[in-house]
Amino acid sequence: MGRGDRIGLGALAGVVALCGFLVDNPYYLGVLTFVGMYVLVATGLSLLMGYAGQISLGHAAFFAVGAYTSGLLTTKAGFQPVPALSIALALAGLLAVLVGLPTLRLRGHYLAMATLGFGEIVHIFLNASVSLTGGPSGFGGIPSLGIGPLSLESPRAWYIATWAFSISALVLTLNLIHSRVGRALRTLHTGEVAASSVGVHVAKYKLYAFVWSALLACLAGSLYAHFVTFVSPSTFGLKESVLFVTMVVVGGISSVWGAVIGAVLLGLLPEVLRGFRDYDILVYGGILLSIMLFAPQGIFGALRGLLRR
Amino acid sequence: MFRKGLMLLLTVCLAVSGAYAKKKPYKVGAVFAITGPASWLGEPERNTVQMIAEQVNREGGINGHPLELIIEDTAGDETRTVNAVNKLINKDKVLAIVGPSRSGTTLAVVPIVERAKVPLISCAAAEAIVSPPEKRKWVFKTPQKDSDAVIRIYEHMKKHGITKIAIITGTTGFGAQGRKQLKKYAPKFGIEIVADETYGPRDTDMTPQLTRIKASGAQAVVNWSIVPAQSIVPKNMRQLGMTIPLYQSHGFGNIKYVKAAGEAAEGIIFPCGRLLIAEQLPDDHPQKKVLVEYKRAYEKKFKEPVSTFGGHAYDALWLVINALKEVGPDRAKIRDYIEHVKGFVGTGGIFNFSPEDHNGLTKDAFAILTVKNGKFALLED
Amino acid sequence: MSASALLQLLFSGVTVGSIYALTALGFNLIYNATGIINFAQGEFVMLGGMTAAWLAGMGLPLWFSFVVSVALVAALGASFERLCIHPLRSPQILSLIMITIAGSILFRGAAMFLWGKQTVYLKAFSGERPIRFLGAALHPQTLWVLGTALVITICLHLFLRYTLLGKAMRACASNRTAARLTGIPVDRIVLLSFTLSAGIGAAGGVVVTPITLMDYQQGTLLGLKGFSAAVLGGLGNPNGAVAAGLMIGALESLSAGLISSHYKDAVALVALLAVLCFRPEGIWGTTTQR
Repeated sequence: MGRGDRIGLGALAGVVALCGFLVDNPYYLGVLTFVGMYVLVATGLSLLMGYAGQISLGHAAFFAVGAYTSGLLTTKAGFQPVPALSIALALAGLLAVLVGLPTLRLRGHYLAMATLGFGEIVHIFLNASVSLTGGPSGFGGIPSLGIGPLSLESPRAWYIATWAFSISALVLTLNLIHSRVGRALRTLHTGEVAASSVGVHVAKYKLYAFVWSALLACLAGSLYAHFVTFVSPSTFGLKESVLFVTMVVVGGISSVWGAVIGAVLLGLLPEVLRGFRDYDILVYGGILLSIMLFAPQGIFGALRGLLRR
Repeated sequence: MFRKGLMLLLTVCLAVSGAYAKKKPYKVGAVFAITGPASWLGEPERNTVQMIAEQVNREGGINGHPLELIIEDTAGDETRTVNAVNKLINKDKVLAIVGPSRSGTTLAVVPIVERAKVPLISCAAAEAIVSPPEKRKWVFKTPQKDSDAVIRIYEHMKKHGITKIAIITGTTGFGAQGRKQLKKYAPKFGIEIVADETYGPRDTDMTPQLTRIKASGAQAVVNWSIVPAQSIVPKNMRQLGMTIPLYQSHGFGNIKYVKAAGEAAEGIIFPCGRLLIAEQLPDDHPQKKVLVEYKRAYEKKFKEPVSTFGGHAYDALWLVINALKEVGPDRAKIRDYIEHVKGFVGTGGIFNFSPEDHNGLTKDAFAILTVKNGKFALLED
Repeated sequence: MSASALLQLLFSGVTVGSIYALTALGFNLIYNATGIINFAQGEFVMLGGMTAAWLAGMGLPLWFSFVVSVALVAALGASFERLCIHPLRSPQILSLIMITIAGSILFRGAAMFLWGKQTVYLKAFSGERPIRFLGAALHPQTLWVLGTALVITICLHLFLRYTLLGKAMRACASNRTAARLTGIPVDRIVLLSFTLSAGIGAAGGVVVTPITLMDYQQGTLLGLKGFSAAVLGGLGNPNGAVAAGLMIGALESLSAGLISSHYKDAVALVALLAVLCFRPEGIWGTTTQR
């Protein structure tokens, strides 16, 4: 981990803790909890997109695996949340390997199409297997996250727990980036041929990044299910996958910190724009467009450019 | 447009602050799917509650207190609905909430209002919204039950000697609920479902499914879905030369869908509240006055045909206003009041609530309508 | 299942498939010129249909509505390129794609404000009376859709192969830097590609509206299916896109009719993924293209 990363982590933890102290309104805490989940997904996706150079338009599927596995096991099979989460993670990891092995050979738009197709298939499955997933109506009554008699009840507890997960995931991801794997991934992004010629096992490292991003999305999905207590397929469609990718790109693909910024921004934006009423869709589109026009490298890229100047 | 809206807002604010400077406004929240895939529901609902609020405030408010509506958009999305309801409860401190428009978004916020003890009157159909009653103390809903719609359809079929039917449903929450109830009640009416087909909410051609249905020997088709499929299925049936009767759900309650289907809409049979045929009701019908007044006011103000969906919001908001009038600004008292409302004449029917029944409607809330010469007509009351 | 029912399924497949094919065509031009997937392509289709329905609803003749709608949307495509794509000096593919996503959100929002949220419809060009053939029925509008797709494909083919401009466009596609070095005005080619794509998309939107009906959100699904067809056919290959569109349509319809309507889209997607596994550059794509 570099010095910048440590400063960033310290600042983030500080802001999160400060908000935890100062913010009391369950509404704001709820919004910030969702933002924390987005940060989880975006962190993983950033490793995949920014470092391994692979795009995925299907991450809502892993989000769904987490939400549905946790939800189903705890409501219908009598599991405790933590074992259910472990099974969900194992399932998501396995699925990521199975999907990643054939598709990560693809490039650019073909990979985008393949991951998109995978996401859609999962979405169709959630809709069609009514007896298992409740179909389009979804199902509710999912218990809150907890261990034994202790469970997360207050909005503040949820906020703290979610951000604890996000920051830990961020620390792990940053460590990963500065390890051998991360260095290999970076050479990979610069050029696959060059990377493989210096002995980097290209396919293996791409798969690592894919699995890691899938696990984080799955974890976020599981948190989502326990937090909202209700899931239905409409939350896990292409729209959500595109939102995740948008977070990473708008924030800046060159660094994990970009993903964090993007997730916070796009998580808060719809709430900030409530004042615009029906116009919010136009304002939202306009903001996205202007960011990409004036900061094609994303917000983090632009900030870094300013600092260097 | 934007500037006009701003000016309007400003004048409304000025008028409100001037006229009611003395008494504190009553805050009521409204959450509807104003944009997104269910905006065809949310828009008439939003229009309706705005219209009612203007009328109430023009006439002096609720016991002198102005009604302050805080309207939030859910975009039909569960995360956004959770945030919106949290905002209404914790930031705006509303006394009660009207909406959401969709079953999924309603179910996602039920735990929140139960915990915060805020009355919520949903405009969505699913029966799970108000059952089991012991876990839904604070939740009510105004649309009629899906199962009652199914029962009315099956009664009509039985009377006409139809025993073998095909069902075709959209893969949305609404379509899936319909499919479940259709399958559940068929044996009780001695009806056999010989084909069970589905389609995606934005599919544009249902002829493959209908081809299968055609080959299945069904005597009638039931289509349970939302737009635009409600207009495409009759068109496709006509294209395939299918002449067996087509039944649709109460979701067909907007004359625009009839227009979109053109001639193919003729003869479609569907259960529906009496709003769409208000003028055709006999003068002594208990609902006639309410229905005709709402219909005329809505169509005059928004220059578009009224739909039953706006009616659900009409019923929900009036329940809250009546409660406020009687018991004042107290969440628990509002809840208790609504739970004991009897004989409330709404657009969806005549409501009789009780601790066990937070919907308050029976199957008599539905009439059977059909399409004749491009217009809705009463087939059976 | 009887032979006529099978034929009926094929007809349905052709109907849906020709809609996908028309949408897919627009993706190729922009891809060729810029290497990006234009996520707003479905919105061009939607805007075409909405504009035409709006004009026809005011009592204007159908052909006039068609022409005006195509011209308006093409102009929109051109201005989108000038205002949002062109200003980027050193475009990264991902930033460009993100701009088209933002564009699609804006177009959708604008359509919602202009025409509201209701479904609009357009009269079929030559009546609603189905054409009967061996016991199966075909919507006459399908022939219009197919015909339009065919005419556009042929025109595109001739344009790319035999005109100087078309050749310049292909040169851009195979190597932008080299094309620029030989004096081809690359940025004008990009502008042209956006204009043409938007126009083609709009034309498609007008002819499919009598079948699909149209509302401000319909573009998303059409774009998604069109993208699938374009990828399956091999990006940058218009003939492949049309063939792939028809294939996907037929596959969906056959699986809905023969297997299960609950999983029809999944069947088509699995087939698509399988093809990508064995031919990672689409059926008719070439390895030299990205």
